[in-house]
Amino acid sequence: MTIGLTHYLIVAAIMFVAGLFTMMTKRNAIGILIGVELVLNAATVNLVAFDRYMGPDRLDGQITAIFVIVLAAAEAALAVGICINVYKNLSTVDVDRANSLRG
Amino acid sequence: MTNTKHNLTSCLLRLVVAGGGVLLFSSQAAFASEASGVTNAAAPGGLLEAALFYFVALVAVVSSLGVCFSKDIVRMAVWLFGALGSVAVMYFLLAANFLGAIQLIVYAGGTLILLVFGVMLTSKSPWVKFECPKIEMLFAGIICAALLGCLCIVLTDATWAGTMQVVPGASVEAIGKILITKYLVPFEVAGVLLMIVMVGAAHLARQDD
Amino acid sequence: MRILLWKLWMGYRIFGPIIELLMAMFRPFAVAMYRMGGPIVAQMAGMILISAVVAVCVGVWAHAMLFGFVDESILATAASAGVELTGAFSYVSPATWGLTPSQIAVQLQQVGGVAANMSGVAQYLLWPVQFGIVRDLVGLGALMGLFNIIPVYTIWWERKVAGRIQSRLGPMRVGGWHGWSQSPADGIKLLLKEDLIPDGADAPLFRLAPYFNIIPSALAFVALPFGATYVFRELDVALIFILGVLGVEVLGVMLAGWASNNKWSVYGAMREACQMVSYEIPLGMALLLPVVTTGTLNLTKIVDAQSGGWFHWLVFSSPFAFIGFIAFFVASLASCKRAPFDLPEAESELVAGFLTEYSGIRWSFFFFAEYAAMFVVCGLAAILFLGGWHSPLPASWGAALGDAWYARGVKGLLFSGPVWFVAKCVFLLYVQIWIRWTLPRIRIDQVLYACVQVLLPLTMLMLLGTTVWVWASTSECETWAMVTAITRYVLGGIGLMFAFAFPAIAAYGFYHRRAMVGNLVQDAMPGS
Repeated sequence: MTIGLTHYLIVAAIMFVAGLFTMMTKRNAIGILIGVELVLNAATVNLVAFDRYMGPDRLDGQITAIFVIVLAAAEAALAVGICINVYKNLSTVDVDRANSLRG
Repeated sequence: MTNTKHNLTSCLLRLVVAGGGVLLFSSQAAFASEASGVTNAAAPGGLLEAALFYFVALVAVVSSLGVCFSKDIVRMAVWLFGALGSVAVMYFLLAANFLGAIQLIVYAGGTLILLVFGVMLTSKSPWVKFECPKIEMLFAGIICAALLGCLCIVLTDATWAGTMQVVPGASVEAIGKILITKYLVPFEVAGVLLMIVMVGAAHLARQDD
Repeated sequence: MRILLWKLWMGYRIFGPIIELLMAMFRPFAVAMYRMGGPIVAQMAGMILISAVVAVCVGVWAHAMLFGFVDESILATAASAGVELTGAFSYVSPATWGLTPSQIAVQLQQVGGVAANMSGVAQYLLWPVQFGIVRDLVGLGALMGLFNIIPVYTIWWERKVAGRIQSRLGPMRVGGWHGWSQSPADGIKLLLKEDLIPDGADAPLFRLAPYFNIIPSALAFVALPFGATYVFRELDVALIFILGVLGVEVLGVMLAGWASNNKWSVYGAMREACQMVSYEIPLGMALLLPVVTTGTLNLTKIVDAQSGGWFHWLVFSSPFAFIGFIAFFVASLASCKRAPFDLPEAESELVAGFLTEYSGIRWSFFFFAEYAAMFVVCGLAAILFLGGWHSPLPASWGAALGDAWYARGVKGLLFSGPVWFVAKCVFLLYVQIWIRWTLPRIRIDQVLYACVQVLLPLTMLMLLGTTVWVWASTSECETWAMVTAITRYVLGGIGLMFAFAFPAIAAYGFYHRRAMVGNLVQDAMPGS
């Protein structure tokens, strides 16, 4: 019944693939953003699991995970801002409609 | 059936079960030893840890699939909350208490709120649906399934170089120290980046353009 | 289909008939008992309330004594076996350290007296207490009870205080003594109300939203310490854990507003999101002041650093902490959506904001969450700035009393115990209620202005100042030590002035109550 590294990695892999599928199939810009968050979380779980099982005294994984969380928060803030601007200009956040470079 | 009975029984029972279960599980997942500043995960290798892990993993997987297959964007956000919360509990299980709490604050309390806020601002009615062509869904599904299969095969076959020992997790002090010594430059760069993002977000959100 | 099949099955087929049967069996009994016992209960209502409070205190004390006794037994057994125990031994596997009932009996014999005579039964009764899971279940029961009692009685108290402030009586009838069982009666009424879900609502989310609100606020109690040992889990990151779970509550409010499919609800949800996300920043900054001063995120250790009595509480440690405490209190009002920041449910503008479409038990879940969150932020304020469970007397004075059981009781009452923590929380709760019923609600743009342009720069400055203060305090310069001491006593003196002025002004008001407005007050205020 011992929970090993592989258990965490497999859960993270499923989350990653789910996020990837979300990014591929959603047309709503914010939906795509949610997929990105899922992918980033999967990566973070991997980092922390490796940190715990491979080098618990080095903390590299945890620190990297902290940076990932910081970057994800920054990315989400900017992306939501961009989404709202796209909505202002095009009245929709369907990514297929945002296909021209004219503002 | 009367609504009263449904209300009384199902609401209260669910509250007790949900509240009690969440309390017990999350508290079992995270506790610190009293003497040192060092954190322990719930009895490494024990039955409790295994049960907790499988429960949390189930929640994470189901929530992730919910995000994939949900049509409504707000429901997607709720499913994402399930995934984020279970990841936070996983951090507690991995003895990364600090990271678990940070995950709760930043993701559940910040990013997710921002996403829901964005949904509210960008949809004219709650039921806007963005359909994806079936053929694209099929292709995406095939690609993702293939990728998942490959990943699982690689993960189960791999032998990891490190020792699989489980030692007590690091304290908050250790994280703080390493952050301002070894990782000082990335730390400062992250600060500058956040500053830039703040300015950029303010610029994007301004009204008069 | 609105109601899922399994829910219909669970709710109606299984529990419905059972409840129906029980009600049919007990209804005549209940009516008869009410007729006979009602007048008696009404006479003794105040006594019942007081004895319930005493019983809770005794229960807490007795459970702590029993747990402590079993812990000592484990330690003694381990010592006699020549083994050293470290850390939280309640989680050590029973296969290695488990006490047998006979070992407990040996310890009981050593205690002597009643304990020795009762040891035949007591050894089996105490045996399960050594296992962590048993203690968890006891703690869980206490936690759930607390989580129910606190909102119920804060709501009653708020209605009483509101009544007094508005020159009326508040609830007076139910329960006899000042309507003390008004809130439980309301709770029963809300349970029995119809569960309405609007047609246009997103039903699953509408049902889910209250749980997103109530479960995080219950989770906060997991890490909130009531005393040095009265904490369900002593987390090393307790502070940010509590901040994190309280942040999740916003999601419940937003989902409630969104799923109701009602304009007012969505407005309430949007306001809530704006307000909470922006006020979390000054709140977090203000929380950092004690963290910087004590160097830990562990709430128990933060309180341990303030055991030196009134003048050593962190609020008096520097002028920055003093102002930071006030900033924290304002930000915590906003984060509990209390007036003057109750924009999300502003009833004069938005009907009831995000609560508009809710009724019955789901509506009451939001209120439970709000009042529990109020208690949690008051507890945080007490722990971080006001010395937690320490009394104004220095804890070192109690050391002379020794360690006997009665001495422990006296120390718990006089120097440091959960009673002091609860008293401080209750005082801060009173201030919150007081502010709610005396200040007008401010506009949403004023709310955001107050956060971004006043509180945020203020708390940033305070954080900077505290950091410099702590850095200077490490220099071991004698002049600086004198400056620190003078600051401490001046600020503590200001605090003492407030502490004495508060009851003095209250006493003045009570003495001159006949000059107050309204006959009701003259005739029915206590003591008139």
